Amino acid sequence: MYVAVKGGEAAIANAHKMLADRRRGDRSLPSITVEQIVEQLALAVDRVMAEASLYAPDLAALAVKQARGDMIEAIFLLRAYRTTLPRFGASQPVETGEMIAERRVSATYKDLPGGQVLGPTFDYTHRLLDPALAGDEAVETAPARDSEGEPLTRVADILAQEDLIERAFTGDSAEMPREPSGDLTREPMEFPMARDLRLQALARGDEGFLLALGYSTQRGYGRTHPFAGEIRIGEVEVEMDVPELGFAVSLGRIRVTECQMVNQFAGSAKLPPQFTRGYGLVFGQSERKAMAMALVDRSLRAGELGEDRVAPAQDEEFVISHADNVQATGFVEHLKLPHYVDFQAELDLVRRMRAEFEVRQSRDHDTQEAAE
Amino acid sequence: MSAAAALGEDLATYNFAYLDEQTKRMIRRAILKAIAIPGYQVPFASREMPMPYGWGTGGVQVTASIIGPQDVLKVIDQGADDTTNAVSIRAFFQKVASVAVTTKTREATIIQTRHRIPEEKLQAGQVLVYQVPIPEPLRFLEPRETETRKMHALEEYGLMHVKLYEDIARHGHIATTYAYPVLVAGRYVMDPSPTPKFDNPKMDMSDALQLFGAGREKRIYAIPPHTRVVSLDFEDHPFEIQTFDEPCALCGAEGVYLDEVILDDRGGRMFVCSDTDHCEDRRAAGHRGRLSPDEAYAGHGQVQEDTGR
Repeated sequence: MYVAVKGGEAAIANAHKMLADRRRGDRSLPSITVEQIVEQLALAVDRVMAEASLYAPDLAALAVKQARGDMIEAIFLLRAYRTTLPRFGASQPVETGEMIAERRVSATYKDLPGGQVLGPTFDYTHRLLDPALAGDEAVETAPARDSEGEPLTRVADILAQEDLIERAFTGDSAEMPREPSGDLTREPMEFPMARDLRLQALARGDEGFLLALGYSTQRGYGRTHPFAGEIRIGEVEVEMDVPELGFAVSLGRIRVTECQMVNQFAGSAKLPPQFTRGYGLVFGQSERKAMAMALVDRSLRAGELGEDRVAPAQDEEFVISHADNVQATGFVEHLKLPHYVDFQAELDLVRRMRAEFEVRQSRDHDTQEAAE
Repeated sequence: MSAAAALGEDLATYNFAYLDEQTKRMIRRAILKAIAIPGYQVPFASREMPMPYGWGTGGVQVTASIIGPQDVLKVIDQGADDTTNAVSIRAFFQKVASVAVTTKTREATIIQTRHRIPEEKLQAGQVLVYQVPIPEPLRFLEPRETETRKMHALEEYGLMHVKLYEDIARHGHIATTYAYPVLVAGRYVMDPSPTPKFDNPKMDMSDALQLFGAGREKRIYAIPPHTRVVSLDFEDHPFEIQTFDEPCALCGAEGVYLDEVILDDRGGRMFVCSDTDHCEDRRAAGHRGRLSPDEAYAGHGQVQEDTGR
């Protein structure tokens, strides 16, 4: 008996009921709260905010809960909400030099003004599972640093004093940034991209993808000789110009992670030998992402710096077109949608070609026999 | 009020047809440009939609930008109104735009489709919105967007003809059976989206407006009504559409696109109309196929083959 593939509507409704049921899990356990996710799964919330390009811890936590902990699904949920929000302006560039840094490390100097500040890092922990965490043991409050609250000199600025590193986009730089910078979620994307858009694409790009690409540059596929000049994590003020007022007003503070890579560059006839920069800036606390972003940013500047483009990480179209995990997951997973109409067309062609093949085979066979 | 409740209230409001009005205006501008340059891929700032990329976000954005409260929407996937993704997209527009929906091709003012063009001839005033995964017909010959845009600008389509020629040399046939490239208004080579080439002739000189939306790839293109659409071919290997050896097993239709349905694990199969509305229409008009049920077709979900088999 043939039963047509009907009743999609009821099937979808039931599937979603089942999803909600599985999401809730064992009803004898308390439901996890959004506040708990914000506080205790903060790095998951940070990743969702970073790759969704929306700084909203509560909403990101809600998305994590709704997505059952599936990060890309959570990012997707938050982006689909973000896209409907009206834009009423652009903030001023955040001044990371003024950051109240919770963590600041430099791999290029043993010590520097303000010191190396480790902050809340997994570094130097021994990755041994901690049975105590399975329970609800009291955790003591972390000691505060004496100098907490003071801005720290940027490592790149120290090098810039001697003119040993290329200038950032400030002052008399030939390549001044656009004001306000572009937004690829609001304008059509075109290649080659301006660096502001490229950085935006990287900032919301998939952490795993950028990590792998950054890693590939370290293994010789487009080597850039990087040093982690500085990584800092902390809160910065977001300010916006209000034309009616004539001055900038603060919208609040956000936590960001910034990475300045210091990379080698030999110089040319026109340019003196100088270090070059790769830049990473990510919402929340995510060193891995900021570092990978800085590596890839530097690699993508190959053309601008006159380097041969031979590796995947140097190929802007390849990197930017495939860095977005919401796009990638959508298109990969769309293969589970029905394709039977096209498959029928292929089936028909293969059958036809097989029939022709068999006719040819038997004809060749006959001629051979006749010849013998 | 708890934080969770406050969140819920903030989230509750969405604009008519989901997209904000500025976005719709931007998309309408892209659509107008696309209509003005038939077959040309217009870049647009595609938005994140609440369904995944690759699942019709381009088509949904086009539909959301042109739909009004008085429109009647039909959504098909693989020619059928009842495939899960079509059901989901139709439900989306019912929810965010509360528009009337239909499965009847002739009643719809907007038809969003994935992979098929309805069998029934479309009328003036109707809009067919295609969901497009890869808008670039040259993509699998040249992966770089910067290159393919140049090729279109220079009308440099030799590569495509070489590909079709190589198919013939290797297989004796042009081995492209769907997403078969067409030349629009004598200028741009265009990807008709992965519709089987069977549907290509329906695009030519259509009375309806045809809009193509590719969300992930951020492109919109169009075929205005009464535009020449020619499938690429060679004089000695003219373009041909698929033919089926048997008529639809349910409505007896010939010269329509059929789906192969496997009946058992012993090679039993039947061929039925891919266009479910067309098939139901014909059965309502009294047409019968080899396996149509004896009782008059009631139009509900289940179709059973006659027990005598």
